[in-house]
Amino acid sequence: MIYADNAATTKMSRKAVEAMLPYMTEQYGNPSSLYSFGQKAKEALEDARERVARCLGCDKGEITFTSGGSESDNQAIRTAAHLGARKNKKHIISTAFEHHAVLHTLDRLKTEGFEITLLDVNKNGIVTARQVEEAIREDTCLVTVMYANNEIGTIQPIEEIARICHEKNVIFHTDAVQAAGHLPISVHDQGIDMLSLSAHKFHGPKGVGALYVKRGIPLEGLILGGAQEKGKRAGTENLASIAGMAAALEESCANMASAAPRIAALRDRIIEGLDRIPYGELNGDRDRRLPGNVSFCFEGIEGESLLLLLDDKGICASSGSACTSGSLDPSHVLLAIGRPHEVAHGSLRLTIGEETTAEEAGTIVRAVTETVTYLRNMSPFWRDLNTGKRKHVFAE
Amino acid sequence: MALYSDKVMDHFRNPRNVGIIEDADGVGEAGNPVCGDIMKIYLKIADDTVADVKFETFGCGSAIASSSMATELIKGKPVSEAMSLTNKAVAEALDGLPAYKMHCSVLAEEAIKAAVRDYYDRHGISYDPALFREHIHCAHEADEKSSS
Repeated sequence: MIYADNAATTKMSRKAVEAMLPYMTEQYGNPSSLYSFGQKAKEALEDARERVARCLGCDKGEITFTSGGSESDNQAIRTAAHLGARKNKKHIISTAFEHHAVLHTLDRLKTEGFEITLLDVNKNGIVTARQVEEAIREDTCLVTVMYANNEIGTIQPIEEIARICHEKNVIFHTDAVQAAGHLPISVHDQGIDMLSLSAHKFHGPKGVGALYVKRGIPLEGLILGGAQEKGKRAGTENLASIAGMAAALEESCANMASAAPRIAALRDRIIEGLDRIPYGELNGDRDRRLPGNVSFCFEGIEGESLLLLLDDKGICASSGSACTSGSLDPSHVLLAIGRPHEVAHGSLRLTIGEETTAEEAGTIVRAVTETVTYLRNMSPFWRDLNTGKRKHVFAE
Repeated sequence: MALYSDKVMDHFRNPRNVGIIEDADGVGEAGNPVCGDIMKIYLKIADDTVADVKFETFGCGSAIASSSMATELIKGKPVSEAMSLTNKAVAEALDGLPAYKMHCSVLAEEAIKAAVRDYYDRHGISYDPALFREHIHCAHEADEKSSS
């Protein structure tokens, strides 16, 4: 099997698994318990917090453990929104191609009387600090812009946006689920006020994540109950997963300098290979993209059938077609960068990682090329494009 | 549970009757690119029977499987039987489709009906137009129709 869907989830690292085991076997104490067996668990919890904080360039008191990226996004956004509302600031700025954890939270806030501005994304999949600056108003309480996009891999100008937000005294949150462990992050240096991450995107376990919140911003609890996480996130801590996350993040950050260029070189090889397929185009900026992300649209075919046939060849990939999303429309990300519906249906996302080999990269290019050709040969849409009955969107 | 039945996967992986018929007696199409699926059916009719049938499909796995199964169901059958093929029969022959994929079987039914209608038109055979009511499957199609 060739696993090329690392943006969906990653294989757990050996170190992460090993870091978890003691808390699933002998050290099962509850960190809230008074006796030393429980306090040992508490120490492990605080040690994990310290290590996560170090990887992100912040203080351990600024890290809250959550169930993952979605919860972190929900909590960060609701916190900033409700802080703003107290000062009568009920305007939030985000982008059209955020993850649904952000977009659906913003939809909910709309029903609570907040006004949401979703910035357009340019055709390369980037928003500019200038756009943010022009959208900020007197009553803006939050800007939330993703660090790197999950479908097309484009990296946003986070520092510039943070700077603008600080000048205007607006809280800046970033959904860094695809970036953490893959790109260097230093929240204090970069001026980030809140950041969400999820462990299973960097070889940690599923169902655990973290939220960084700058000191001085009082976090609002979403889950009420016990006093865990300073009362901001009730529920007995998922200690094994938290320990696994800390180990995985440390390992990813330590390996980043050597792994990223190697992964990016394989990514470029795949991009160059797929670029030879006529009437296809790379989605998102060529250079400002995550090291492992390859995203293409091919005219005349539909993504789900492409994925099923690649699966038959042992390749795990993903698509933004309507059929794979279970909805009527293709991916909002592809529509946001201006891909027409009929082209967005023919999308393919390959996200490679540390374990991807050069040989696999070659196999991927051959398999995708063959499968696209096969599907085009049975597509009446492709026939219409070739006979001029319908117009091509891409150049050959 | 797998997304699709073994039958769907079989017809998707090894589609029957793919291709075109150059001198077809009737050609019909259903769907549109904005919605993400188009089916095209080519019929060769002899003695009021479907002597040959071919299809081309742009779409997901179940769209390809539905077209393949639909062609199998009408091949060698009287035209009247092809006309009475329902989407339900196509879905049942495939051992079922997920609920949100049922429209793929509807497209197969409609593409076949459109091809038969084309055959009737070309050969001056009279028919009741009520048999060929147009269906709108999705909002995109409605938009396209209202704008054209």
